Amino acid sequence: METTATTENTDREHADQGKTDAAGDPIVVLRNVGKSYGNIHALRGVDLEVRPGRVSCVLGDNGAGKSTLIKIISGLHQHTEGEYLVDGEPVRLSGPREALDRGIATVYQDLATVPLMPVWRNFFLGSEITRGPWPFRRLDIAGMKSVADRELRNMGIVLDDLEQPIGTLSGGQRQSVAIARAVYFGARVLILDEPTAALGVKQSGVVLKYIAAARERGLGVIFITHNPHHAYMVGDHFTVLRLGAVELSAPRKEITLEELTHHMAGGAELAALKHELAQVSGVDVEELPDEGAPPAGAPAARA
Amino acid sequence: MIDMPQAAPQAASAPAPAAGAPAPAPVKDGRTTERSLLRRVLGRPEIGALIGAIVVYVFFFAVAPTFRQVDSMATVLYQASTMGIMALAVALLMIGGEFDLSAGVAVTSSALTAAILSFQLTLNVWSGVLIALVLSLAVGAFNGFLLVKTGLPSFLVTLGTFLMLQGLNLAVTKLFTGNVASDSIRGMDGFDQAKAVFASEITIAGVDVKITVLWWLLFAAFATWLLLRTKYGNWIFAVGGNQDSARAVGVPVVFTKITLFMGVGFAAWFVGMHLLFSFSTVQASEGVGNEFLYIIAAVIGGCMLTGGYGSAVGAVIGAFIFGMVSQGIVYANWNPDWFKFFLGVMLLFATLVNLWVRRSATRR
Repeated sequence: METTATTENTDREHADQGKTDAAGDPIVVLRNVGKSYGNIHALRGVDLEVRPGRVSCVLGDNGAGKSTLIKIISGLHQHTEGEYLVDGEPVRLSGPREALDRGIATVYQDLATVPLMPVWRNFFLGSEITRGPWPFRRLDIAGMKSVADRELRNMGIVLDDLEQPIGTLSGGQRQSVAIARAVYFGARVLILDEPTAALGVKQSGVVLKYIAAARERGLGVIFITHNPHHAYMVGDHFTVLRLGAVELSAPRKEITLEELTHHMAGGAELAALKHELAQVSGVDVEELPDEGAPPAGAPAARA
Repeated sequence: MIDMPQAAPQAASAPAPAAGAPAPAPVKDGRTTERSLLRRVLGRPEIGALIGAIVVYVFFFAVAPTFRQVDSMATVLYQASTMGIMALAVALLMIGGEFDLSAGVAVTSSALTAAILSFQLTLNVWSGVLIALVLSLAVGAFNGFLLVKTGLPSFLVTLGTFLMLQGLNLAVTKLFTGNVASDSIRGMDGFDQAKAVFASEITIAGVDVKITVLWWLLFAAFATWLLLRTKYGNWIFAVGGNQDSARAVGVPVVFTKITLFMGVGFAAWFVGMHLLFSFSTVQASEGVGNEFLYIIAAVIGGCMLTGGYGSAVGAVIGAFIFGMVSQGIVYANWNPDWFKFFLGVMLLFATLVNLWVRRSATRR
């Protein structure tokens, strides 16, 4: 816990520093966006803004609608309600390719890599560099390898053999390769789908560092997570989703880590659970957090 | 400068990485080591097939004296080539993660289309050849389109096409000829030209070699280039290795899959034309069961059944093994019934070698 606290403090300073820069106009704006799959209303009434040089965290429990939200932003699904604006222009993305062309890149939970393919081929997959006139147009293998090597080194990843299948890398390394790839391909908005979910403490720290680095380079970042501690280390704005709707939307200065954790944990629901547990003999509830009402000065929470 | 003497012994005492490391040795973090040359060679998909091919060659070289003659090798290569052209297209499709069970009868369908159309309408045979090409590509596109639109496994989709084509081959042929074979188109306009392209023989250093052998090697070179040196090749590995990831990073999955099926259609057309112009007539029932031979050649050549791994060179070696076994049995004066048995042994052997090689090569 102590280590977490220290990192948290340094990172908070970090974040505050970033805040002094004037953030530009929002690149991505969602207004009252919703999505239904037939009868199932997976998402409704979501507002979200992504500005360059800012990290927007989206938090929520499993099934809260986080995945649906990023699928809409990244072009895998289309929204059925509300408005999705990129650079102020309403869009309806036809697929991930169009999202990428507009500068919106997603690093998926499963990393969107092909395990048996070499690292450099994965790095350039879908955006290969070619040379030569058409019938003889071919991959610029040497060029791609050197770019991949340089970009990975910039991210602090040193690989001896870019020909090794990416499946042989560790989770953190693969995550970093995926982030380096998105940054290299001119992403203006980087969507990170639970990048720290499967990682250990140290590797999570590495990934959080890359998120801060991406923000410093002026990228807008959407950081999806269910870990409020990770979110609070790098986030500038927090959106908590619950059952497909926005439970909380607040900028960093209006919310503390405790409040965020509280909302994330389900607030009132947790109090009810505590009450239930109290009925079960052998469970000590004395040490559990108290009543569900958020502390005074909390931002307007939408139920 | 003063640091020099210090640095030198340090460098010398450091364990030499790979032999002959490049002079400006990049900084390494020491947790990974370069895989040895042997490991990397063993990691190639076609290495199992190559070992198998050498074993089979030595075996028949020892037991069948006729096998040692150069003419026999020409026959082996011919056997391998007609099958190998199809195996190449099927291998690419398998690397892309799909099967095509209709590939065997598609060859016959293409040949029948060209033969019947040319004969019935008394066209120049080239017209029939071109219409057959369009039809073969259309069958491939149909397979691919149905697959990506319905999300059904390719096994089911192409099993359906397989049965449909098999039925059409017999029914339509009988409708036009009243027979189960197409009418001979020998001597029709353009026949000799087409025969020169698809079914001629050329003499290389005193040995008669069928032209399909040259086409086969040419196609193999093209397929290798396509697979390893082009964008499209990258996409083939990606859609076979992890389709969702490929789609997510912007690979045109639908385009890649459909064109791979059309590639099989093209190969079926080519081999169909070869059959037609070698024999000038086609049996409507031919081709059934060959689809498995193509898949077997691709698998022996190191293609993974689940996709995402394999090579065109491997499919060439797989087809070559097929040619050696089928002819070797004849040269050794054995009962040809043993052929399928040998093929089965080869398949299991090659698959096991591939599995073992891949495991030991990817372990670091």
